[in-house]
Amino acid sequence: MKYVDEFRDPQLIGGVAREIARSVDPHRHYRIMEVCGGHTRAIYRHGLRDVLPENIELVHGPGCPVCVLPTGRVDDGLAIAQRDDTILTCFGDMLRVPGTHGTPLELKARGADIRMVYSPLDALRIAQDNPAKHVCFFAIGFETTAPSTALTLLRARTLGVRNFSVFCNHVTIVPGMRAILDSPDMRIDGFVGPGHVATVIGCRPFEFVARDYGKPVVVAGFEPLDILEAILLIVRQLHAGEARVENQYRRIVLWEGNLAALRAMASAFELRPFFEWRGLGFISQSALKLAPAFADFDAEVRFRVPGVRVTDPKAAQCGEVLKGVLQPAHCKLFGTQCNPEHPVGALMVSSEGACAAYYRYVHRGEPVTA
Amino acid sequence: MCLAIPGQIVAFDDAQPLLARVDVGGVRRNVNVGLLADDPLIAGDWILIHVGFALSKISAEQAHDQLRMLQAMGEDALAIEEIRGYTFADGGERR
Repeated sequence: MKYVDEFRDPQLIGGVAREIARSVDPHRHYRIMEVCGGHTRAIYRHGLRDVLPENIELVHGPGCPVCVLPTGRVDDGLAIAQRDDTILTCFGDMLRVPGTHGTPLELKARGADIRMVYSPLDALRIAQDNPAKHVCFFAIGFETTAPSTALTLLRARTLGVRNFSVFCNHVTIVPGMRAILDSPDMRIDGFVGPGHVATVIGCRPFEFVARDYGKPVVVAGFEPLDILEAILLIVRQLHAGEARVENQYRRIVLWEGNLAALRAMASAFELRPFFEWRGLGFISQSALKLAPAFADFDAEVRFRVPGVRVTDPKAAQCGEVLKGVLQPAHCKLFGTQCNPEHPVGALMVSSEGACAAYYRYVHRGEPVTA
Repeated sequence: MCLAIPGQIVAFDDAQPLLARVDVGGVRRNVNVGLLADDPLIAGDWILIHVGFALSKISAEQAHDQLRMLQAMGEDALAIEEIRGYTFADGGERR
């Protein structure tokens, strides 16, 4: 691409950083959670922790779809891939996520027909091109990707494609945030809200955080300036004794969200009574399943998936990192047994995983000293 | 999967009203615009694309900001790879 590689107004970034430094109370410790994995990566990539005062602690949130997917669901998806005449399709992010018996990539090397797609519509296309096979799409993601799966299902029904199904693992961000707020070992002062999820759901669903828990939420974009501005707005609310939802990402996010996307989700999905999140356990009404009208396309209805529950390796502390209780480098396996070449947990796989981002941009592959 | 890729609409196809021809850094593919059904689009409009679907309409300036950010994050090549990878409606251009 031919565009300049500098951010606009580095001086502006310095200005906001200085304003944050001037605004903080030196006797106070601030714990601010960035909910979205995209923010986590940007924070590490741009070294934003270095421009913030030491008493502002950034805590990484659960907003990385492959990171919160429990191993049992990976195993269930891979069980579908091992059926005869079946093609399992998934996003590239899933390919290296370890299941109990290996990653999707390793299973593919052993002969399973697993294909990476960039869009659920590509999975549907593969189904149309392979009428003698069954094509299942391993759907993951928060509300940013769920509407795309919903429209793909609507399209599959319209076209009458009968050899296509979805293994639905879409999760919704608000119950995940509520679980963190209810967790006894957590103390978060405010949240940088997920910008792209908010393009779909809008800002209103975050109001409970301010109303019921008295914490500020600032929905933010992904540039360094966006993230720093959001932190400044949170600090100002805290000092004013306020708790509100603010929209720093107004240039993209509408307060009401994208109503067409919400309609598509409402027609294709319904809420699961509960769903397991890695590290956070079972959270009620936190995930989507296909609506009964789409039962023909529901892999969990069409196939007998094992429905296994798998405990994470004891030594790995993915759960604590996901909840923001531990920083990535404080996990016992970080950088030694668990690294991007040989990930033990999903947080080391996805580019949005806190461990992978920390390893890549801060740790830079150097040996860890305990 | 979580990339938001800015692209400019270059054309529509009357036979496939849910699709728009979009240019991203010189690569042209079809994307689905069904999620912007409430917000009529015309050729020349800029959109943010997630996994083959336009999720928001944006200004030209916002599109350039987003491209610049992808570049600074080292993700511009990934974005082009993803756009090239959309094969759902491209007839002869499939990889």
